[in-house]
Amino acid sequence: MITVSNLTHRIAGKDILHDISLQIPKGQITALIGPNGAGKSTLLSAIARLTPHQTGQIMVDELEVGTSASNTLAKRLSILPQVPEIAPRLSVAELIGFGRYPYHKGHPTKVDRQKTDEAIVLFELDELHSRPLDTLSGGQKQRALLAMTYAQDTEYMLLDEPLNNLDISTSRSLMQLLRRLAETRGRTVVIVLHDINYACSYADRIVTMKDGRIGRCGAPAKIVDAGMLQHVFSTQAEVHIVNGRPLIEV
Amino acid sequence: MPGKRLVIMTGLMAVCMVFHMTLGTRGSWDFVLPFRGTKLAALLLVAVAVSTSTLLFQTVARNRILTPSIMGFDALYVLIVTLSVFAIGAQSYGTLPPMVQFFLSLAIMVAASMLLFGTLLLHRKEDIVRMILTGIILGVLFRAVNSFVMRMIDPNEYSVIQTSSYARFSRIETDLLGISAVLVLITLALVWRMRHRLDVLALGREAAINLGEDPRRDTVQILLLIAVLVSVSTAFVGPVAFLGLLVTSLTHVITPTAHHAILLPSAALISAIALIGGQTLLEHGLALSTPLAVVIDSFGGILFLFLILKRART
Repeated sequence: MITVSNLTHRIAGKDILHDISLQIPKGQITALIGPNGAGKSTLLSAIARLTPHQTGQIMVDELEVGTSASNTLAKRLSILPQVPEIAPRLSVAELIGFGRYPYHKGHPTKVDRQKTDEAIVLFELDELHSRPLDTLSGGQKQRALLAMTYAQDTEYMLLDEPLNNLDISTSRSLMQLLRRLAETRGRTVVIVLHDINYACSYADRIVTMKDGRIGRCGAPAKIVDAGMLQHVFSTQAEVHIVNGRPLIEV
Repeated sequence: MPGKRLVIMTGLMAVCMVFHMTLGTRGSWDFVLPFRGTKLAALLLVAVAVSTSTLLFQTVARNRILTPSIMGFDALYVLIVTLSVFAIGAQSYGTLPPMVQFFLSLAIMVAASMLLFGTLLLHRKEDIVRMILTGIILGVLFRAVNSFVMRMIDPNEYSVIQTSSYARFSRIETDLLGISAVLVLITLALVWRMRHRLDVLALGREAAINLGEDPRRDTVQILLLIAVLVSVSTAFVGPVAFLGLLVTSLTHVITPTAHHAILLPSAALISAIALIGGQTLLEHGLALSTPLAVVIDSFGGILFLFLILKRART
């Protein structure tokens, strides 16, 4: 379980995150939704120690973020930032291999190679295997980055808008894969999503954010309604229930 | 494939070294061998120090145009030497053993570069243009203060530091060869131990943290190593403006890889071939009509302009 308590983050006198307390249960997909600038990315960065947090406490199981050894955390939790800055000359296989770095520290073993190959197959990157990253399309690059995060083999995966640049078929197969990881291997996924319909279809739990604060949280069927959309996104949209899951009219 | 290229370059370097030792020798080998040998060793040290410090800097700055000399590292070292002479006086400075002179400058250099470049790199925004401008302004500032101080001191003192302010490959002071070799070897050993960590750092700050590294701590350590390497090379041959850029650019063409385990030796070999080969060619082929520093800086300068223009267009 990830437990965030009383987390506040200010930049230049402005509260980006305001006294956030949140629990993210294990083995589930938790979707973070909210308008641009709500603080979703900042919250993920703080949990993944990319942004040092100023006040409050973040615990990943028994590990406290900020005091625990970074390498120990790297085997427990991985993050895929929204716009990862990545070396353009790396090949796809090399990039995915870096996901194993916390385990092998530069001297890959047989297990590391197996996990890398597994990620390549799972994300259907076989044909792109030795292509340099700067020759890939946006969607292919995104898949390679996701495969690297997968190869890191951590219990917790934080993904910041991973569906950017992906077409509907890749998006759906990615979300189905994440579902499988959560259900069969007990992986915990925290994912920032812009498309609420994806959140409704695939997430176990939705956490809404606005202006650096946490709003309503819960199962999609319980919290997604016209009132929530009006309150969080200031937009009037109708919500239908299809197969027990909310579907938002766009 | 990079392995094969490394072998070829090692062979090429060996050929350059043999030519350097044997071309145009007159007189007794007992004199020639130690004399040319020490010069060769000094050139090798400088070559490796320049290539390694440049690669390290480009990795932490995540940029292939910036180099320590473009950022004013070696201008800073020259300034430190000038200021020490100015502060202590040439007479007393001259009586200090060369070892003390060197370590004094080295200590100040490490502290000053941590202060200047540490803050620059750790608080940088991802803004290359600003980094280049800051570096060039720092370099110009160091050189300007340097020549200002040189004008203020009396002519006798001036002669002590004049040699340290210009690049020179023909007359290398070898008093410090032993201790410098030890320093450079220790530094290189530390860099080699970091080679996999450097690969991860090159992925960027966020990816490095995600993979369990601490980019802040690593940047500080790497700056320290750069300061030592630049000090040694500048103490030997003075500031060399564009050698590092030339070498690393060639390295990325000849051995295109992201692995420092290959990049580091590859750059060192290219650098050694350029320096030893170039110096031998100029001394014996062209009778030293053009100093090597001028040749390297002309090519390097053109390359620098080319890289900036290419970047500006994309």
